[in-house]
Amino acid sequence: MTMIQAIMKKRTPDTGNLLIPLLAVVFLLAGPAAVRAEALVADLSSHLIAITTGFQGSELLLFGAIDGEGDVVVLVRGPEEPLKVRRKDRIGGVWINRDEVTFKKAPVFFRMASSRSMEDFVPYALLSRHRMGLRFLEIPAADETVPQAKVTSFRTALIRTKTREGLYTLGEGTVTFLGDRLFRTNVVFPPNVPTGTYTIEVFLVRDGHVVGAQTTPLIVSKVGLGAEVFLFAHRHAALYGILSVILAMLAGWLGAVAFRKV
Amino acid sequence: MSGFSLMQVYLPIAEISVNVFYLLGLGGLVGALSGLFGVGGGFLMTPFLIFTGIPPAVAVATEANQILGASVSGVLAYWRRSSVDFKMGFVLLAGGMVGSSFGVWLFSMLRGFGQIDLVISLAYVVFLSVIGALMLAESGRTMLLHRRREAAKRKLHKHIWLHGLPLKTRFRKSKLYISALLPLGVGFFVGLLAAIMGVGGGFVMVPAMIYLIGMPTSMVVGTSLFQIIFVTANVTILQAYYNQTVDVFLALLLLIGGVIGAQIGTRAGSFLRGEQLRGLLALVVLGVCARILFDLVVTPNDLFSLASSAVSAAGL
Repeated sequence: MTMIQAIMKKRTPDTGNLLIPLLAVVFLLAGPAAVRAEALVADLSSHLIAITTGFQGSELLLFGAIDGEGDVVVLVRGPEEPLKVRRKDRIGGVWINRDEVTFKKAPVFFRMASSRSMEDFVPYALLSRHRMGLRFLEIPAADETVPQAKVTSFRTALIRTKTREGLYTLGEGTVTFLGDRLFRTNVVFPPNVPTGTYTIEVFLVRDGHVVGAQTTPLIVSKVGLGAEVFLFAHRHAALYGILSVILAMLAGWLGAVAFRKV
Repeated sequence: MSGFSLMQVYLPIAEISVNVFYLLGLGGLVGALSGLFGVGGGFLMTPFLIFTGIPPAVAVATEANQILGASVSGVLAYWRRSSVDFKMGFVLLAGGMVGSSFGVWLFSMLRGFGQIDLVISLAYVVFLSVIGALMLAESGRTMLLHRRREAAKRKLHKHIWLHGLPLKTRFRKSKLYISALLPLGVGFFVGLLAAIMGVGGGFVMVPAMIYLIGMPTSMVVGTSLFQIIFVTANVTILQAYYNQTVDVFLALLLLIGGVIGAQIGTRAGSFLRGEQLRGLLALVVLGVCARILFDLVVTPNDLFSLASSAVSAAGL
């Protein structure tokens, strides 16, 4: 207990977020659930999505096997970030941002896939406990004094926008079985997929109860030149600005010289 | 299709993928226009980038960086011909530095309030409509004058009350003895536009230098380019520092297209009739203006929009 706390203290918040689900999995697998763990085995075709210079989105294959009967639910969750939602109003004929609500956190990505319609095999209590579905996402307003009706309408707008951007998706019936035991589903990540540490939870549900669960991490990160440039622009902002100036001047000068000699 | 998609480039700061040839072509097209008409082209490039889906804040900051390169390319030619009034340039520049720094600060504030996109759009609507209308009227008048075979006579330098303000200074190269407050003020205003609209400001500065300051036309373009270089360099560094909105990939791609386009434009210019082309450019400017206005007025598909509320920590 104290050792874990000591480890946690040494970690930066980012790795801490990753560590908690990892530890949870370890305890789940190693503890009394040893028998249950065999009920479900799943893995990803890759645990890293690399956003390279030519990135146009990515598709991962999640596959696994179950023991006995049941339905499979897959939840893919991105890291959480604070968000502002703004509402436009027409003023003097022009649409202008007026009202806004700040949310303390919202997942940058959410995907739920299941082997058939969720209502058919998952009771409400389970949906709510495991936050299965868009309406169970935890998106609290930063300011608790904002009227509930307003928060609800802004939260709905947030979910609608994320859905339109392909970042919140539902795929009931997209987990397909090959025979009785093997299952697979594709998880699509659009070109605008945010970076960070994602968690993928896979549940085996039988008779309205979770009889098997597995959590796998997934890293989405920028790699290559684009990533270097992005990090440099944020970490050494002033130097980046100066280098941009030098590069542009150099390019302009080269252009002038090249065409003078033609 | 797959061949095309291979040529997509992910812009690290704008955070979207755009086709390389599209960006080179856009740079080339606007470059050709600037070669043809002697305008900087920033006031067309920034709206086109926004139409492409580049976030307006990134489009504006990156355009400043691109104009910097294009102006370096242009000023060398004028320097060789010694048609740069450096003293006037430095006075304009002093105003420009203050104006552009104030502009970047204002930009950050407006961005925090969620109003920057609106201000950029409104500024464009105002300037593009005025410039487009003036150009259209001017080219129409010139076409009529051609028909009557009558050349308009204009006084080279008219003395107005603004020239009598305090801080009178002699500008030898421009053959002027006027108040330094006037070029300072012009510089300030143009610097502000550079920061907020992502333009070099040549389209405001050149007329202001001719009609307001009274400089000889031969000195105007070189001096204006000289000033634009330093103001856009200032804007680039400040935008990169405070807002992290300068996309160097995007700027370089547009520059490559622009440098080539400018050469084509300059050469094509000698074969084509000026006033008709100016009329055409005026129509392009008014068209872009109409499109921006339309986007402002038409009811959006969704009234709600998202913005990251994470505070941008400079130098983190």
